[in-house]
Amino acid sequence: MQLTNFAYLGVLAFIVLGTVWLEFVIGARVLRKPKRLILSLIPVFTGLTIWDLYAISERHWWFNENYVTGLTIGVIPIEELLFFIITPTAMLYSFEAVRAVKQWQVGDEK
Amino acid sequence: MTYTQIGILAVGIAIFLDLVVLHTNILKKGIWWISYAIVISFQFITNGLLTGFAIVQYDPAFTIGSNFHSDRPPIFGDGRIFFAPAEDLMFGFAMCLSVVAIWIFLGSKGIQQTPISNTSEKMRNRFKFLR
Repeated sequence: MQLTNFAYLGVLAFIVLGTVWLEFVIGARVLRKPKRLILSLIPVFTGLTIWDLYAISERHWWFNENYVTGLTIGVIPIEELLFFIITPTAMLYSFEAVRAVKQWQVGDEK
Repeated sequence: MTYTQIGILAVGIAIFLDLVVLHTNILKKGIWWISYAIVISFQFITNGLLTGFAIVQYDPAFTIGSNFHSDRPPIFGDGRIFFAPAEDLMFGFAMCLSVVAIWIFLGSKGIQQTPISNTSEKMRNRFKFLR
């Protein structure tokens, strides 16, 4: 395995680093609501995984073997599965960071 | 089904989820459009890396674009926006809207409503220009 095999994982690491600091610096409380986070991710993760399974089996898209680790679960690269957890979480970070800064009511407050 | 068709379907499902099923109505709120605008600009960077370096490759039979790019796709044109197939924007929109709608729905049902996102007084003053 070469360094280039970690390219996709590197992009994912960039997304994690680009968002998680919002938890501590801005007060976007996402990880501090772990149950709510997991329950939100489950249906989205499931839907995207089914989509990915279909798309990979129909060859809508595929992955350059030089840039992925080659680790898969079934036909799906682990990078894809991590993507389906990391990017929806990044969206929630953006949303909660805007809420923290703007102090807007969204409709889920006590 | 093609990637284009599934993309349109996914966007429809996400909008239906937000407006009809969960009644979260996130689409009608400014906070959605601001936070999604932030995400989409980073999507152009990260997805641009994934597609521009051809880490992920697409069969043009299933996309708006009509040429296969095994190396570097065009930054714009042939169905590409910042290297990525236009369909990826539908994928991203559907994913983002769905997760926020479910997140808000769960909160409104009392699942971990607190701690509410709230930045410190110091930070709030620092971001005063944004409000």
